[in-house]
Amino acid sequence: MLYRENGQFKTSYAADQQIFAIAQDRWAILAIIVFALVGVPLLVDEYLFRAILIPFLILSLAALGVNILVGYCGQITLGAGAFMAVGAYAAYNFHIRIDGLPLLVSFLLGGCTAAAVGIVFGIPSLRVRGLYLAVATLAAQFFTDWVFLRVPWFTNNASSGSVSVANLQILSWRIETPVDKYLLCLTILVVFALLAKNMTRCAIGRQWMAIRDMDVAAEVIGIRPLFAKLSAFAVSSFFVGTAGALWGFVHLASWEPAAFSVDRSFQLLFMVIIGGLGSIMGSFFGAAFIVILPIALNQFLPAIGSVFGVSISTAGVSHAELIIFGALIIFFLIKEPHGIARMWSTGKEKLRLWPFPH
Amino acid sequence: MSREFGELILDLQNVSLAFGGVKALTDISFDVREHEIRAIIGPNGAGKSSMLNVINGVYRPQQGEIILRGQHFTRMNPYKAACAGISRTFQNIALFKGMSVIDNLMTGRNLKIRSNLLQQAFWWGPARREELAHRARVEEVIDFLEIQHIRKTPVGRLPYGLQKRVDLGRALAMEPSILLLDEPMAGMNVEEKQDMCRFILDVNDQFGTTIVLIEHDMGVVMDISDRVVVLDYGRKIGDGVPDAVRTNPEVISAYLGASH
Repeated sequence: MLYRENGQFKTSYAADQQIFAIAQDRWAILAIIVFALVGVPLLVDEYLFRAILIPFLILSLAALGVNILVGYCGQITLGAGAFMAVGAYAAYNFHIRIDGLPLLVSFLLGGCTAAAVGIVFGIPSLRVRGLYLAVATLAAQFFTDWVFLRVPWFTNNASSGSVSVANLQILSWRIETPVDKYLLCLTILVVFALLAKNMTRCAIGRQWMAIRDMDVAAEVIGIRPLFAKLSAFAVSSFFVGTAGALWGFVHLASWEPAAFSVDRSFQLLFMVIIGGLGSIMGSFFGAAFIVILPIALNQFLPAIGSVFGVSISTAGVSHAELIIFGALIIFFLIKEPHGIARMWSTGKEKLRLWPFPH
Repeated sequence: MSREFGELILDLQNVSLAFGGVKALTDISFDVREHEIRAIIGPNGAGKSSMLNVINGVYRPQQGEIILRGQHFTRMNPYKAACAGISRTFQNIALFKGMSVIDNLMTGRNLKIRSNLLQQAFWWGPARREELAHRARVEEVIDFLEIQHIRKTPVGRLPYGLQKRVDLGRALAMEPSILLLDEPMAGMNVEEKQDMCRFILDVNDQFGTTIVLIEHDMGVVMDISDRVVVLDYGRKIGDGVPDAVRTNPEVISAYLGASH
């Protein structure tokens, strides 16, 4: 009954083209952002920040990037982990080699480097598509694994092969506590999500979707596949690369190439498939599902077991976690192949009419 | 009804197209005058769709030339054709299924968008203003085609007849000077056909758009077109005003059939 748009008349195209066209949505999203900025730091303990919230925010950013490429432009990629690695190592090199370079600039330059590498590895998309393209982008994965392991320059000749950063600082704000890190990631994520939303509702987003849905018709209308596909690779890799820089600098603080292995690429791809291809919201749902659910299961399984008088061993918990997690993925994909985002929007449609059936 | 035609706008000279050993078009020449409705007819596999694909550069003919407003093109490509003001609809609807009707029509405005990626990412002044201006133009097309009620529906959910109409709308949103229609009435019922005829005639009349049309419904073709080209097995077997084509013995034996 509360979620109604009765009486909200649009009298201009500007009002009709808002991101959140329904007033209740605008208030809800504002409330969520304010709560995340002010409420969460007061309520949540340090473990939750470290183990759940910060990884969730950073992987949401990466999933957003992957969704631009896979969900909006329809180019399947298995190279997301590689672009994260490029972003992280490029930001690291900018950070240590240029004295006094502001931290945020290092992140963005890391993102830009990833975008450039993304364009190079996106070139095969002009010729091959679908699964073949996925295999071609795997090349990026193996290439970066090799480069960052074998070329010592990129790791500043670190003998152990792992690199580390310390004393992060933006202007006079020292980023030390998990709360600081959380706020930094949250701010960057909100800004980037807004940029992504703007792009997808503008001409460039329509070009991507046109290429995804029917490339011959798109060409006939005057869309150049070269520009549309490579710009999707660039923007996507920029997002993923920035997320990689955050993952290295803020979440891990010290890392080696294994942190960005092919597992990460698969994880990101699963996030956008489960969350919802071609949906900004879906990227967040997918990241939440994959980051939070295993940990939540891990915490709650013993509790549930004890209710039924069963004590579950630690190993049993971790096995059961995998089983339930897998089953849930299958359940979601059968129930709604278009992902959680579609369930969400169907739910909202129903809510608009509730309690009436039509 | 006397109709005024302008200059020669599109001229195809000795076009031949083959796929390996299969000859789709053999030495075909015909022209299109400004503001006219030009029909291409012929039995299945005669090369009608290939003809349209040659005109807007999807296929490259091995021989022949396309002269568009006095400009010679031996190698046309879809982008050049779109820039030159040629737009088209497709026989088996090639809409962007995941996008809403409005977004589909907005893609038709793509060539007129001037703002760059950064401006669009920041929803910066020029990008925003452009988006609103094009939306207003697209709404005019929506009004023209009477599809206001479905403007926000994803096209994949629309019935066939409406999809055909959206397909026409997307082509119209480009404000083309030449509109290629590939079987705009295939699979439609009588009422939908009547609507579609009305739209085609109105486009031709109000915007002065030149129309090249492929259609199998002979009643429609003979009624609305100014001149008709007949193809059979990739060859041109007839060309002229509807009445002349109707009585051409070669056309009758290949396609129309004798009246009983």
